[in-house]
Amino acid sequence: MSNALRSVVLVDAVRTPFGKAGSMYAGTRADDLMVRAMRGLLERNPKVAPDAIEDVAIAAATQTGDQGMNIGRSATLLAGLPKSVPGYSIDRWCAGAMTATTTIAGAIAMGAIDIAIAGGVEHMGNHPMGELMDPNPRYLAEKLVEQDALAMGATAERLHDRFPHLTKERADRYAYNSQMKTAKAYADGKLQRDLIPTAARSAELGWGVATVDESPRPTTTMEGLAGLKTPFRPAGRVTAGNSSGLNDGATAALLASEDKAKELGLTIKARLVTFAFAGVEPEVMGYGPVPATIKALAKAGLKIEDIGAFEVNEAFAVQVLAFLDYFGIADDDPRVNPYGGAIAVGHPLASSGVRLMLNLARTFEEKPEVRYGITTMCIGLGMGGTVIWENPHYTGGKK
Amino acid sequence: MTTAITLPDGAPEEVITHALVRDVDLTPFGGKGSLALITLDNGLDHTRPNTFGPQSVAALDAAITDAASRKPAAIAITGKPFIFAAGADLSALSYLAKREQALAIGKLGHDVFRRLDEIGIPTFAFINGLALGGGLEVGLHCNYRTLATTAFTALPEVFLGLVPGWGGATILPKLIGPERAVQVIIHNALNNNTMMKAKEALALGVVDAVYEPADFLEKSVAFVASVLSGSTKIERKDYSNDPAWESALAAGRAAALKKYGGAEIASPMKALELIKAAQKNTKGEGFDAEDATLADLTMSDPLRASLYAFNLIQKKRKKVEGAPKPALARKVARVGVVGAGLMASQLALLLVRNLKCPVVMTDIDQDRADKGVAWVRNELTKLVEKKRMSAESADRLALLVSGSADQNSFAGCDFIIEAIFEELSLKQELFKKLEKIVGPECILATNTSSLSVERMSEGLEHPERVVGFHFFNPVAVMPLLEIARTSKTDDATTATAVNIGKELKKTMIICKDAPGFVVNRLLTRFMGEITDAVDEGTDPATADNAMRSIGFPMSPFELLGLVGPGVALHVAETLHENLGPRYRISPTMQAMVKEGVKTFYIKNEDGSFGPNPAALALVHKGTTPSTAEQVRARALKALAEEARMMLDEGVVSTPAEIDLCMLMGAGWPMHLGGILPYLDREGISESVCGQRFHAPGIASLPQ
Repeated sequence: MSNALRSVVLVDAVRTPFGKAGSMYAGTRADDLMVRAMRGLLERNPKVAPDAIEDVAIAAATQTGDQGMNIGRSATLLAGLPKSVPGYSIDRWCAGAMTATTTIAGAIAMGAIDIAIAGGVEHMGNHPMGELMDPNPRYLAEKLVEQDALAMGATAERLHDRFPHLTKERADRYAYNSQMKTAKAYADGKLQRDLIPTAARSAELGWGVATVDESPRPTTTMEGLAGLKTPFRPAGRVTAGNSSGLNDGATAALLASEDKAKELGLTIKARLVTFAFAGVEPEVMGYGPVPATIKALAKAGLKIEDIGAFEVNEAFAVQVLAFLDYFGIADDDPRVNPYGGAIAVGHPLASSGVRLMLNLARTFEEKPEVRYGITTMCIGLGMGGTVIWENPHYTGGKK
Repeated sequence: MTTAITLPDGAPEEVITHALVRDVDLTPFGGKGSLALITLDNGLDHTRPNTFGPQSVAALDAAITDAASRKPAAIAITGKPFIFAAGADLSALSYLAKREQALAIGKLGHDVFRRLDEIGIPTFAFINGLALGGGLEVGLHCNYRTLATTAFTALPEVFLGLVPGWGGATILPKLIGPERAVQVIIHNALNNNTMMKAKEALALGVVDAVYEPADFLEKSVAFVASVLSGSTKIERKDYSNDPAWESALAAGRAAALKKYGGAEIASPMKALELIKAAQKNTKGEGFDAEDATLADLTMSDPLRASLYAFNLIQKKRKKVEGAPKPALARKVARVGVVGAGLMASQLALLLVRNLKCPVVMTDIDQDRADKGVAWVRNELTKLVEKKRMSAESADRLALLVSGSADQNSFAGCDFIIEAIFEELSLKQELFKKLEKIVGPECILATNTSSLSVERMSEGLEHPERVVGFHFFNPVAVMPLLEIARTSKTDDATTATAVNIGKELKKTMIICKDAPGFVVNRLLTRFMGEITDAVDEGTDPATADNAMRSIGFPMSPFELLGLVGPGVALHVAETLHENLGPRYRISPTMQAMVKEGVKTFYIKNEDGSFGPNPAALALVHKGTTPSTAEQVRARALKALAEEARMMLDEGVVSTPAEIDLCMLMGAGWPMHLGGILPYLDREGISESVCGQRFHAPGIASLPQ
């Protein structure tokens, strides 16, 4: 018997188109979105027999109603997977699907399982942020956190406070670029490749099929962004334009041990190097990716210069800027979010971690000269998570 | 363009099925352009399915126009969650007073539905859920059909006394050929309205592809893209020269005749005519013929009686007339069956399957009790073999059944039903004995078919706990349960009995404890007229066939063969004693019982049935024979007379309950409305009783 570490790979990842909260998916259940992503994933990977799936980890930030009942197990049954396939639920707020991935990866690495699904879903229309939240009064009584810590927009304002050189103008510029990159990616047919068309019914309109994200605003202008309100404080810097929106969507990824993937002849889209999560003050939760990345790089024995592709979740433009600023990367560095990010396509909380992965996998395909990439995101209540991936198409530095 | 149709006076307001149109981009599915997707949705949940009344059909018409105006690559129609469409809105049919109205409704459906075939854009039906009658017909007009694996489909019109007259009778034979069309339209409908499972619908060619519900819509859209691109090809066969037309139609005809005891009943015969015409006609000619047939049937009394019967059955399945408040019902956690013979064993099986609680059987010795238990367990095993029950459930139920020779094992029972020999004194003695064993609230029920329940309760400490609980043979199949209250039966007992009946999934009537209750009283009276006629000298064949054309499922002597002369005679004797000399005791019956001759018909060597010489030899030879006409007249007169007496005596409170009993307990056909609507429309009620049972229009055409 051996429990030696084994290499873990990303076989494939998909997602439903993301909707604006309570808009195109207003009449669609969260678990149905999750089921659709899972079935789409398995349909794309016919070499994986459904009964070969050894576990299913599904994340949701609010685990009640159509995201409750142990959504991991429930979605597995609803997706028609064999009853022998187990499932469980994960919660690390925005990093839910990322944590589902790393948790599953841990089980694969230690040899407990060979093939599994990790994913996430958030229907923010059905489950508004903070739904049923009941913060312990000690938080404020004992000054464990400041009031700002529980309002994500306020934490973003606090980042602007901490780093005054990260101006609103820079944040708006970053947001504008995100919209433009997404518009170009759509025009080039890049994002559509990993979208699973999803039935969406509305009582008023009847049945339809969602085939593209609902949130992107390709007509965004700098002037338009400059004129938006700052809802989190008077004369603030954080606007609806330089933040991700409230969204509904689901993602699913197929992970396997590298040996098993090769044995079954599966695609290998990325190889997991290592990962790290780290905490920061909850009031500046957006800073989380910095210590998480420092930690992950250290574990991997890599330097930031070794990283050729970045997928950074864009909860807020300022939070991405803080990350880039720390590592000395330009605001418009082409290695960062080449298809745009959450500011354009949306951020259905717990599902976003896998969206970063599927984008990175596409970058790996297109850039065989890149050896390492990271997916990273900030997490409410003061955390960050970073996963380092190796490009299986890496050609040794030659293009 | 179609003209608007106004509903007839008195008809309930139409629940409109809206038709919503949306575009679906076919590009992500590998197609080009877009699909105009029409959703049928009446805005209510699945318990109120989509239906098509005039306004709904007009809404679909507008949606088709809207869809076409979008210049789509294809048009598709789907339903609301779990439901495609359950067919025409029948609620207004009963109010139609003019043939032109009926004709217009048929034509409106055709005019709109046929656009789906003639619009010049490929059309698809995504049948996501239940599709019945006109619902399935909408799909048949489309060029292609997908079906959810869990969806049931059927053309139940012939079951209801109609024909699939919105295109089904014409399109289906052309699409899938005569044999399969007859299967769906005639055989399935007559076989107690059997619905097709998805697999069957696919195998029959009614649909082109079947997908799981989880992503049914997405898969169906992908099917559209694949058909449009030519990568999926659906071949259609021309059946006009198929060799099976004649044999298929003959088989359909034979099935229809068998179902109605040899009578030519309009709806299946008309449906077969339409199917036959589909061999050579154009669709348009077929639709015109459907319109005319539909109008004729709609303006006929048998159809009105059918609709009345159908609604009655639906309504009474849920609500039992005269039932006390359900809250009064007591909990039943242990039941007893006295007797372990065949009837008792059937009761034990039914009780254990549905109540899933301990069932104790007793008989006079352990061997007999064991035999009863073994029978029940064997039936459970058979259910497992037929895959109608899991082995685990069968094991669980088998362990719940026990048998004993000691009636003390009934201790702790909440409900005991007796099915011992039909002898009043035995039953009285039994109940007295049981009262000493069980608690004061344990219900003592009897499955007697003709003895007085009241007298069984005499001398008991708690007579209020005694109730009649009368099943029909075979108890697992026959849906009716007669619950008979004595003058002392209390509401808690009745409520508990009704509750058990609901658990047993029976349709119930509550009647006064009167000899023969409802079904046996009417059937015995009716049969008595036939045997009387024979005893008087009428040729048995003449007497037995006198009512063939009415459409009863079997002739009186066929029924006699099923019940057995012994039981029939015993019931007749009891009713003679309790109700008077109009229930005569037939010397022929007595002779048959004495000689052990069980039936008037025996199987010939070729499998057909012929007269039984042994029975004919025993026929009492009277000297005043009747003609078939006379036999028929006296039998129907007797039914009217007896039914009126039962209502006057308050055996049941409404004529509808008598009809329900004959529909569900005797299997009498819907086109008779049970029986009373038929007696009304033939003028028999008025000539015998001086009044109708139902006002005109209730179960007949309005006057």
